[in-house]
Amino acid sequence: MLRALKLEPEKCTGCLQCEMACSYENEQLFNPSKSRIKVFNFHDSGRFAPYTCTQCAEAWCLHSCPVEAIVINAKTGAKDVLEEVCVGCKVCTIACPFGTVNYNHDTGKVQKCDLCGGQPACAEACPTGAITYVDIDQTGLDRMRAHAQRSLGASA
Amino acid sequence: MKHLIIGAGPSGVIAAETLRKLQPEASVTIVGDEAEPPYSRMALPYLLIRKVGEEGTYLRKNAGHYDRLRIDVKRDRVTGVDTTGRKVQLAGGGALAYDKLLLATGSRPVSPPIPGMALPGIYPCWTLTDARHIARGAVPGAKVVLMGAGFIGCIILEALAKRGVDLTVVEMADRMVPRMMNNIAGNLIKRWCEEKGVHVHTSTRVVAIEPGTGGRRFAVRLDGGTVLAADLIISATGVKPNVEFLEGSGVKTDHGILIDRQMQTSNPDVYAAGDVAQGLDFSTGEYSVQAIQPTAADHGQLAARNMGGRRGAIHRGSVNMNVLDTLGLISSSFGLWMGAKDGESTELCDPGRYRYLNLQFEDDVLVGATSLGLTEHVGVLRGLIQTRTRLREWKDKLVKDPTRIMEAYLGSTQAVGFNAGLI
Ligand SMILES: Cc1cc2nc3c(=O)[nH]c(=O)nc-3n(C[C@H](O)[C@H](O)[C@H](O)COP(=O)(O)OP(=O)(O)OC[C@H]3O[C@@H](n4cnc5c(N)ncnc54)[C@H](O)[C@@H]3O)c2cc1C
Ligand code: SF4
Ligand code: SF4
Repeated sequence: MLRALKLEPEKCTGCLQCEMACSYENEQLFNPSKSRIKVFNFHDSGRFAPYTCTQCAEAWCLHSCPVEAIVINAKTGAKDVLEEVCVGCKVCTIACPFGTVNYNHDTGKVQKCDLCGGQPACAEACPTGAITYVDIDQTGLDRMRAHAQRSLGASA
Repeated sequence: MKHLIIGAGPSGVIAAETLRKLQPEASVTIVGDEAEPPYSRMALPYLLIRKVGEEGTYLRKNAGHYDRLRIDVKRDRVTGVDTTGRKVQLAGGGALAYDKLLLATGSRPVSPPIPGMALPGIYPCWTLTDARHIARGAVPGAKVVLMGAGFIGCIILEALAKRGVDLTVVEMADRMVPRMMNNIAGNLIKRWCEEKGVHVHTSTRVVAIEPGTGGRRFAVRLDGGTVLAADLIISATGVKPNVEFLEGSGVKTDHGILIDRQMQTSNPDVYAAGDVAQGLDFSTGEYSVQAIQPTAADHGQLAARNMGGRRGAIHRGSVNMNVLDTLGLISSSFGLWMGAKDGESTELCDPGRYRYLNLQFEDDVLVGATSLGLTEHVGVLRGLIQTRTRLREWKDKLVKDPTRIMEAYLGSTQAVGFNAGLI
């Protein structure tokens, strides 16, 4: 059974532990700006929303890549960026309609969530359970995907 | 079922792979006229700066990929299509029969009608062969003149500058990337490039190219009277779809090959995709040649689903979008970036920091955008445009502060709320 990240914004207190954990896991730095998961702060309403790639079924990023640098990880189902293949053209960053592949100026390549190979550090770090790594049918991802498919019909 | 695809670019290859998935038993053949295994033109600038080798430009990295999928990749040039007899003629002699034919022949550079363009040593940057020529001439210190600062010109600009050449760009329009950036953004990019040491002439034409003097290969004469010395000239003055081989076939063309929303041409057994096809534009509702990679990929997949699927697939239109990196300044534009008729817009401009964001609305729906210096979550601009999401109260907030785009996206798409609702 594939698993996915379940995000529950109403449990998020904005502590940014997930961003710290992600940047440390991936970049060996405690630097939220390097994180692949982002917590958005709705100042007006005092709400927070953790947000990252949903590993969507359409995989717009993967299909737009001109050099096959984004591939599906057979074990986790994540769409992984192969750093050594990526040329840094950024086409995937404009193709992903969720805005969850981003260009990294330091490496000249793009980065996105890869579920840490099956042990997402953000979920482990989140103290309130706003991010959990659960069986895919519990995440609401199917509903989310259906929503995306309905409204993003370029190839549907 | 015999599927035949002409053109081994991204559009043709994606179509072949999709056909194989849909019809395990069908015969799938691609005919392409370039010598190399199918590759991506988009990767050429990165080859020029040695970020990748030639293999790094190949569309598929696994050597046995096409064999494994039983996709027959033939090297030849198609010279004619007989839609009555359902076969195509090959330059190498003989013909190939088809049941369904896909035209994915892309486009090719046009050479401007300027005296001297036929001199040896003037190259476009379109194929691997061109890139090899450019790599030989674009050595540190060489004087290079780049004709055209459109999208392709600007991509090559970055690669050339990084190779350490002494670079001068000549563009007819009043700004850089005129078909992707408005006046403000296009001129900010110009100023940025000048600060990085590139000489940029806008509103300027090359009127003649002559043999050079003093050890330089060329003298490039501009309409203001200036003469530039050059060792290498690169021409990026536009492209046109490869449609000549269709003469006499009855397949209708306009600017590109005319297709409907199922990627079908005027002939029911013939489809077209990618840079050669005049497909539906999501934003304008009109049919145009977009000539960009994501559209070529969309087209290829859709065409295959209509050629080989049990149920057809209807194209909802591709959003025209581009992202560009000019020496570290990243710009992007989407959809109706130039504005909609009777639409509204908002913009934020910080020329000192090279920051710019322009949003175009129709009612409370985002229909276009231009950005400079924005790399985080830039894809949501596409997401909001293509989902025609009603922004409601977020519209006014964005008009006041366009940088709140990500909040507006989350606040109005419920992408996150979907999860939340399911506890
Ligand atoms: C330097 C450069 C940089 C680019 N950067 C970007 C970018 O950053 N973003 C972006 O979106 N797009 C970019 N593009 C554009 C992008 O590469 C094209 O949109 C894409 O290649 C289109 O794919 P295609 O399959 O339709 O055509 P092509 O890739 O052109 O493939 C068509 C193939 O068909 C072959 N062919 C033509 N006629 C025949 C015939 N009669 N018989 C047999 N074969 C034939 C051609 O030789 C070619 O190999 C760039 C292009 C260049 C040149
Ligand atoms: S980065 Fe975007 S397009 Fe790619 S899998 Fe994630 S959500 Fe989908
Ligand atoms: S930036 Fe890298 S991963 Fe993204 S489309 Fe370009 S080559 Fe592929």
